[in-house]
Amino acid sequence: MLAKNEIVSRHVLSILVDNEPGVLGRVVGLFSGRGYNIESLTVSETEHDKHVSRITIVTSGTPAIVDQIEAQLGRLVPVHRVVDLTNSGPSVERELALIKVAGKGEMRAEALRLAEAFRARVMDATIESFVFELTGKPDKLDQFIALMLPLGLVEVSRTGVAAISRGPKAM
Amino acid sequence: MTKGSKTGAEMTGAEMVIRALLDQGVDTIFGYPGGAVLPIYDALFQQNELQHILVRHEQGATHSAEGYARSTGKVGVVLVTSGPGATNAVTGMVDALMDSIPLVVITGQVPSHLIGSDAFQECDTVGITRPATKHNYLVKSVEELPRILHEAFYVARSGRPGPVLVDIPKDIQFAAGLYTGPEHVEHRTYKPRIEGDADKIRAAVELMASAKKPVFYTGGGVINSGTRASEALRELVRLTGFPITSTLMGLGAYPHSDKQWLGMLGMHGTFEANHTMHDCDVMICLGARFDDRVTGRVDAFSPNSKKIHVDIDPSSINKIVKVDIPIVGDVGNVIEAMTKLWKAEKKSADKEALAGWWKQIGTWRARKSLSYKNSKSIIKPQYAVERLYELTKGPNTYITTEVGQHQMWAAQYYGFEEPNRWMTSGGLGTMGYGLPAALGVQVAHPDALVCCIAGEASVLMNMQEMSTAVQHRLPVKIFILNNEYMGMVRQWQQLLHGARYSQSYSEALPDFVKLAEAYGGVGIRCEDPAELDGKIKEMIEVDAPVLFDCRVEKIENCFPMIPSGKAHNEMILGDAAAAADIGSVIDEEGKVLV
Repeated sequence: MLAKNEIVSRHVLSILVDNEPGVLGRVVGLFSGRGYNIESLTVSETEHDKHVSRITIVTSGTPAIVDQIEAQLGRLVPVHRVVDLTNSGPSVERELALIKVAGKGEMRAEALRLAEAFRARVMDATIESFVFELTGKPDKLDQFIALMLPLGLVEVSRTGVAAISRGPKAM
Repeated sequence: MTKGSKTGAEMTGAEMVIRALLDQGVDTIFGYPGGAVLPIYDALFQQNELQHILVRHEQGATHSAEGYARSTGKVGVVLVTSGPGATNAVTGMVDALMDSIPLVVITGQVPSHLIGSDAFQECDTVGITRPATKHNYLVKSVEELPRILHEAFYVARSGRPGPVLVDIPKDIQFAAGLYTGPEHVEHRTYKPRIEGDADKIRAAVELMASAKKPVFYTGGGVINSGTRASEALRELVRLTGFPITSTLMGLGAYPHSDKQWLGMLGMHGTFEANHTMHDCDVMICLGARFDDRVTGRVDAFSPNSKKIHVDIDPSSINKIVKVDIPIVGDVGNVIEAMTKLWKAEKKSADKEALAGWWKQIGTWRARKSLSYKNSKSIIKPQYAVERLYELTKGPNTYITTEVGQHQMWAAQYYGFEEPNRWMTSGGLGTMGYGLPAALGVQVAHPDALVCCIAGEASVLMNMQEMSTAVQHRLPVKIFILNNEYMGMVRQWQQLLHGARYSQSYSEALPDFVKLAEAYGGVGIRCEDPAELDGKIKEMIEVDAPVLFDCRVEKIENCFPMIPSGKAHNEMILGDAAAAADIGSVIDEEGKVLV
């Protein structure tokens, strides 16, 4: 039988799908219907000629649950391939965030100093606000956003994680 | 329309539907017309090759198609309209999904330009049926229609079979385009694995040869794999001398009369089947999926065995129970490969150990778990099924069931010798399945004796299909075990809820004899055990649909039973249950389970 006390860990899954109507609904519906977690999800067409899109999902679960998620995704008819990037060797992951901070005086100056330290770019500025663009691993974004909170954080927009394996081979 | 490839011919979308069905070898469809499928019905009207069975409710169409598919191994086809036509068909699609029955369901849709406008009889059919089907399509243009239709059949029947829906807007049914035939149609990504991994098959055979207390645990996958799989299974089981049990869905793959057969396993399985599963040291699971009705308490399920699992669906493996040798592939194919290897390497079972194992099994068999106390004054439901079996058995008899106690009694007391003779709703447990399924079976096998073992509550859920039976001269025999209760609900209320029979008694039942006559069929009633044989014979002789109102013991319980939350070796037998306080056999933890 399946052990119940296995450790829950975070996994990044890359899914290649036919870019057809409803395919995202199938993937998302599978997660909600079977009670799996979605921590982040990104999707975009990656090979226009072949009508192939790539979905990156960050999920969490025990090894048995994550194996089941992979198998269930593989069962969907328009899914070409599923790779658990977390389990299949080293990979790179990046996320982009747009962060709006409003404030005046010293708070505003401090926000700008921190942005420079994090190598965030200023995408928009008024005399009482900034919009920063920051790219990095999700935890770096979390850290920057936490720092902005007391400095007048107004709004955040994040893309979710995009990921790819290291080395010369394709998935 | 004539036979032969029409690739390149110009025709309307509606004509393409008919052409594609014929090119796929379809002879019969089950359906109900409506506004959004009128062009297809018009094309149907103008040809004579494709037979249409007019049902009385779209759910009936899907279950009929399931019965047709399950009894023939072919794809069942349904044609219904948009909106309510589609939503009424959903239950049957989920039923087919759970039991892996190949269906192609064609639905009409409002014209493309009205989609999303809340038009009359519009619903988001592909959205609603996404989790109800193996795959579904909304057709966007007449150019892609032929490919989608052929692909739908490919997906429905390939790998683990299931229902596929094609939603066709009305304007596309009218539009003209070029037809393409089914030649070379395969899905560009969907390519299920058929051959099992050779190394794993070798490891499985080694493990089987070393087993001291082995058991075969087989399921509906063997039936789905085709009659060759059943033949291969029989050879392998006889070659090894191992005992064999099966799930509800797998009955008939191995002959019930054989001495190696232990009977069905699971919640209402036999004492010997469940104890053999619990105590075995090697379990060979072929085309079954460790369903909760089979395993009982999962952490106490066959705790000391090494497990081999063969399944065409990778997601079935390690889903509920962790196995030692997983083999992804077509079960018939893998069984043949196992048999070949067993023979080539001159493998043999550990004869001495196996003899001891059979001796142990003999002691479990001696408990006679299916025995019951018969009566001279009241018809016992078990007796009714036993008599039905004795009087109807034969290779040309097909049995369907509704869902509930009668279904379990049918599984326990009706013996199946061949595959594809047993049609029942296993996974979804759909009341209302049996009568329409029987119609589908009868359409496919006009000269067969088709009998639906029913309960009086279940059968009322799709009773309107009696009208279909009469219209299409389908002489199905609906054998109703009438106890006036929703028997399985009542049994659980007795076991779990202090015998408070909340809403499980039908205060006002129809007179089934008059009801049969009202539909234009024949009604027979039997209340006396002494008259049962004569009336069953009368039922068989009638060349018309029959409702047989068999009045049985009202508060009989279905035993043996593994109470919810208990293990295989904690099952209760009928005599023990009668002696004990029946309300206390399920503990608090078990009560929350279904």
